[in-house]
Amino acid sequence: MMASIQKNNDRLDLAPKKFNMWIFIFTSFMFFAALTSGFIVYSGGKGHGLNVIMPSAFMYSTAAIILSSGTLLLANRAAKGLRFGEQKLYLWLTLVLGLAFFAIQIYAWYVLTYKMGIYFTDPNASRSFIYAFTGTHLIHIIAAILLLLNTLWGTYRNIPQVRNMFKMEMTSIFWHFLGIIWIYLYVFLLLNQN
Amino acid sequence: MSTLAVHDHGVAHHDEHGHEHHHNETFVSKYIFSMDHKMIAKQFLITGITMAVIAMILSILFRIQLAYPDKTFPLLTTLLGHFAPNGRISTEFYLSLVTIHGTIMVFFVLTAGLSGTFANLLIPLQIGARDMASPFMNMLSYWFFFLASVVMLSSFFVQKGPASGGWTIYPPLSALPKAMPGSGEGMTLWLISMVMFVASSLMGGINYVSTVLNMRTKGMDLWKMPLTIWALFLTAILGILAFPVLVAGVVLLIFDRSFGTSFYLSDIVLNGVQQPYEGGSPILFQHLFWFLGHPEVYIVIMPAMGISSEVMSVNSRKPIFGYHAMVYSLIGITVLSFIVWGHHMFVTGMNPFLGGVFMITTLIIAVPSAVKTFNWLATLWRGNIRFTPAMLFAIGMVSFFISGGLTGIFLGNAALDINLHDTYFVVAHFHLVMGSAAIFGMLAGVYHWFPKMFGKLMDEKLGYLHFWLTFIGAYLVFFPMHFMGLDGVPRRYYAFTEFASMQKWLTINTFITWAAIMAALAQVAFIYNFIVSIFAGKKSTQNPWESNTLEWTAPVEHIHGNWPGEIPTVYRWPYDYSKPGAEEDFIPQTVPFSQTMSSNLPHDFEDNPAGLEELNKYTSTLKAEEKVK
Repeated sequence: MMASIQKNNDRLDLAPKKFNMWIFIFTSFMFFAALTSGFIVYSGGKGHGLNVIMPSAFMYSTAAIILSSGTLLLANRAAKGLRFGEQKLYLWLTLVLGLAFFAIQIYAWYVLTYKMGIYFTDPNASRSFIYAFTGTHLIHIIAAILLLLNTLWGTYRNIPQVRNMFKMEMTSIFWHFLGIIWIYLYVFLLLNQN
Repeated sequence: MSTLAVHDHGVAHHDEHGHEHHHNETFVSKYIFSMDHKMIAKQFLITGITMAVIAMILSILFRIQLAYPDKTFPLLTTLLGHFAPNGRISTEFYLSLVTIHGTIMVFFVLTAGLSGTFANLLIPLQIGARDMASPFMNMLSYWFFFLASVVMLSSFFVQKGPASGGWTIYPPLSALPKAMPGSGEGMTLWLISMVMFVASSLMGGINYVSTVLNMRTKGMDLWKMPLTIWALFLTAILGILAFPVLVAGVVLLIFDRSFGTSFYLSDIVLNGVQQPYEGGSPILFQHLFWFLGHPEVYIVIMPAMGISSEVMSVNSRKPIFGYHAMVYSLIGITVLSFIVWGHHMFVTGMNPFLGGVFMITTLIIAVPSAVKTFNWLATLWRGNIRFTPAMLFAIGMVSFFISGGLTGIFLGNAALDINLHDTYFVVAHFHLVMGSAAIFGMLAGVYHWFPKMFGKLMDEKLGYLHFWLTFIGAYLVFFPMHFMGLDGVPRRYYAFTEFASMQKWLTINTFITWAAIMAALAQVAFIYNFIVSIFAGKKSTQNPWESNTLEWTAPVEHIHGNWPGEIPTVYRWPYDYSKPGAEEDFIPQTVPFSQTMSSNLPHDFEDNPAGLEELNKYTSTLKAEEKVK
């Protein structure tokens, strides 16, 4: 009988959709795994090292994205506790920090090109990989910001709590994942910078 | 408590029906932007068939060039314009034809057309779900595929013609827009199309995996799923893991093409001018490409395997032989497919030790493949075989898989591959083992599930004609190519018979071309049968093949949500055919064991002690009655 009750709820069951997000994260993980493997094959095969000291801007962007994960966690907790004002506030903070991350990454590109002379079209493609990593990651960040805006928009329209939590969870999975991926990419670059 | 729950359920259904009636379907929401998995399956199938016909016509065009390198056909100029000046296909266009034929067949027909059709149709229907996890994403998946098809075909309408570097688009040809005519706009369109295609594929695959894992009906545990579902599920996992890697490779390629980076480019001299690229590695692209490319061939063949298993079991009226072994070998193929990509690269100057590793992993794939083959043969053995067209195509699939698979053992050998690499031996191998075999699996599926898709039956006689002409035609086309390859004839050459040493193959080329034309004409029988049967075919009954799986318990008329009322519950595995003691030679998955006391066996109750006790009681009373008699 439990099972048939469960089936009644199927129409509202958002679990499979959430599961979709988890699988999407797998695909995204494979994409970055492929890029970094490409880097290893490239630099290992041709003996081209990176020889770039990473600009300190990356430290600040890392701080921004870690903080944004924290505020998103707080927003999630607030949403669970039905404290919607607080939820909005933390969502806004997350959004600001996300945009800050975006801006700092762009600034890091500026430092790389104008200050350090490391160009995207460097004959040593190890260096082009810095832009490939950060650029494709930023495209993901744009998608995550759109997702965040959608969730924020929902909180202003007073959608049912089930939908609200669903949106929060979808956004959280993706957002935290992008934070982890950025840390992975940054550590990868730091380990290979010599 | 229990009545309450049942009552609840009824109410829920009222709700649902009420909702359906309110929701007026327009032409657009029903046939175009449909979110119903059954309609999306049909959309995939019809688009896939259209693409297949186009790719087949392309192949006939380049076969004409191969058979008659010296003759002129003014008609070709009329049809193709500057692609075929003076009645002969131009060298560049020949390469475009080969490239686009390969691309369309591998990706658009045998990936999207095959998985897209049958995963969409069968996953919800065979596991007992009302629709996919995300119907909206499912719809997007089709429309991205459609757009990708349009963009790919549009490359025939640009001045310099479509991409022509081969379906594997190796740099530097693909990375330098000026390398050859096909590297220009044609290549750009190819890349745009493939990006959309991958998006479509991923959206589909994510949905398939999520649906199988989350939305099975009551009683449908993983080990009660039909092999079609297992195959489509594992195929989707392969796609999810492999396609992103292709995207990564293509992104870097686009950077090289349009942004001036040198990921893949080094030491290039173009028209006598030294190019600024240095330090790149074209081998890197091959690694990234084949990390997708090899799983891709299993993405192509595994659904065909699943479909054939199901069709052969139903039409042999026997349980599939070695169900668990079939599943484990599918899983084995899935895992192994990710560690064999290097066998496409034996001649790239790879470290011989690494070549040896890839050789061993490649040859290990022969084990699960052989397990599957023997299981199919053992399923046929002493079966009560009904030779429906679907059954013939399924058997044909096994035939091609064997004859094409055997040559894989030669090619997987790093030493032998030095001779055979890029010869017609390779062409023969993959056209049999993944081309013909996968197409036959797909056709078996079309003939078998046509009644489910359209509620009509296809004409059997035309089906037989289609099968025999195609089966014989495919062997006549591809078998002689083995010998050409052993003689060293290279693939993708425009007119290799101009070489004195290869002139003798001209007669064989002519023969192959005529066999190909025959096989192509045979497809007219199929297309005619397919289209006419949709409108004027005999009405199908609910379960025309007397099959056990869930989709045949759904009504013939398609409804949103698949089943009116409750979704059926599953009690047994899908292969109870010709079970001794049963009244009929099939017991659908929805029949509980309590209704089939006479055919129950002790092993049906391995994890069900109460059921086993009932069975023992039943058999002991039977024995007691017999004693009384």
